Amino acid sequence: MRNDLIKASEEYIYSRRDLSTMAEMIPENVRILDLGCGTGRLLKAMQVLKGARVMGVEMNESKVIECIGRGVPVIQKNLDEGLSDFKDNSFDFVILSQTFQTVKRPDVILDEMLRIGKRGIVSFINIGYWRARIQIALGNMPVTRTLPMQWYDTTNIHLGTISDFRKLCRDRNIRIVTELPLQERNRIPLRCRLWPNLFASTCVFIIEK
Amino acid sequence: MTNKTDSVGIVEPHDFVLQEGIRLHSGQILAPVTLRYETYGTLSEKKDNAILIEHALSGDAHAAGYYAESDGRPGWWDSMIGPGKPFDTNRYFIVCSNILGGCSGSTGPGSINPATGKPYNMSFPVITIEDMVDAQRKLKEHLGIQKWLSVAGGSMGGMQAIQWGIKYPDEMDSVIAIATTARISAQSIAFNWVGREAIMDDQDWNHGNYTEQPEHGLATARMLAHITYLSEESMRQKFGRRLQSSEDYSYAFKKDFSVESYLEHQGSRFVERFDANSYLYITRAIDYFDVAGRHDGELKKAFEHVSCPFMVVSFSSDWLFPPAQSRELVKALLDNDIDTTYCNIESSYGHDAFLLEEATLGRMLSGFLDNLYDRREEENAK
Repeated sequence: MRNDLIKASEEYIYSRRDLSTMAEMIPENVRILDLGCGTGRLLKAMQVLKGARVMGVEMNESKVIECIGRGVPVIQKNLDEGLSDFKDNSFDFVILSQTFQTVKRPDVILDEMLRIGKRGIVSFINIGYWRARIQIALGNMPVTRTLPMQWYDTTNIHLGTISDFRKLCRDRNIRIVTELPLQERNRIPLRCRLWPNLFASTCVFIIEK
Repeated sequence: MTNKTDSVGIVEPHDFVLQEGIRLHSGQILAPVTLRYETYGTLSEKKDNAILIEHALSGDAHAAGYYAESDGRPGWWDSMIGPGKPFDTNRYFIVCSNILGGCSGSTGPGSINPATGKPYNMSFPVITIEDMVDAQRKLKEHLGIQKWLSVAGGSMGGMQAIQWGIKYPDEMDSVIAIATTARISAQSIAFNWVGREAIMDDQDWNHGNYTEQPEHGLATARMLAHITYLSEESMRQKFGRRLQSSEDYSYAFKKDFSVESYLEHQGSRFVERFDANSYLYITRAIDYFDVAGRHDGELKKAFEHVSCPFMVVSFSSDWLFPPAQSRELVKALLDNDIDTTYCNIESSYGHDAFLLEEATLGRMLSGFLDNLYDRREEENAK
């Protein structure tokens, strides 16, 4: 049964490039808070693979129930209501996985992440990606694999580029410890690493203050 | 009814008598103390699969199953307790006892005072939620249980579960607190007060020395309380402005509206099974419940020694124990680095949702308990 859990965890982590990248960056036996944790699969994987002590925050009731079914402690909460329930420095890592662009105040949440945790991990959807740029250049809001929704019904209300994110961090005195530009394919081409703002569809940042 | 495969079937209550009694929070000794309790499922050899279920104000030890084949009504939480149900009796050993101060088998104001040979009535000492828990702890010892797998309850039952966690933090693997609070609000104290006034204003109450229940006062108290268990929305859906029988208003003060006769029905049914003095004592215990009060008013401090995981559940339309109170509890738990799970279930049923939202609450309970149990089994196997 334990082996099944390990296998399922690894399969899940390696199904998405940003998840495996994040997972590889997390050391063993740390405390992890995942904001917008969904059904808790990432946290479960961290629990199983890294012996992490985990907690999730999720707004959706049925997803919360799935977290509970997985044995992942979870607080039902809308991230836009703030995170004052969590005390300073109570986690090693605070994860915001493809959720950053959906919150009302991304700037505030970055500060909150680094108040609650020693380090933040943000997986960020890059609107500067060339496929998105082409669509905008042709006159339409982009619809891509990482941004599949139409502009009018999307939950992604704060889209920005990698370069925008860097500037936001600079303005708020947040240090980017690691920046890992990604593409969906397994091998990251050189151009993606050289010009991430143009060639990375997502980017994982580790940040601290 | 009883041959349903997911029922615990025919059950019988037991009485645990503690001759030496217990020392109450007020300093008084109450002796002897009887606790009526029921159990479902089988206690494991290691005695580590026991779950304590805590009942609410008007509940009793009969949480699941039937007393006889002909019995039409199962125990009060039968939807949650049984083979394959969230409190799965194939896995867990479930214990539920009638609270101290109650009127369904445990020692309460209606019990005989051994010093006088007469019922205590109003000479019964004022009890607290802590006293109820202390009495249950004696039952735990009696059953030979070292550690509960979980202590779970809703409403006043949730208060007891919280109190267990605070007072005996090493004696359980988890706490489940549903539709409850760590300290009761002024609004709830106010409702309790009016309910007690209704009872004590009834001539038949006679300072607690009655032979027949002060029916009018007790029914009024229950009707008032019942309104607080519902929500505006659930009352609108259930009754609206529907008239009970006639086509038109009576232009008198009879029961015209469905909601009026519903409440009257609830009141008169309650009088058949509940004791007025018990109602006074139990609501008082609820009023006094404030775990922060004993820790310099700081809720956070109350949970300093707690380490086991908590699951806290509230219901969106519950205005008696509103979600904000659960969130306050959650914050205090998080402040103490306790593994906490919290969900505010979307429901229109008001406070009563904790007995009615079976499907959603059931999935949460079974998910939480199964993981706890599996993890423990895994550790045991190592």
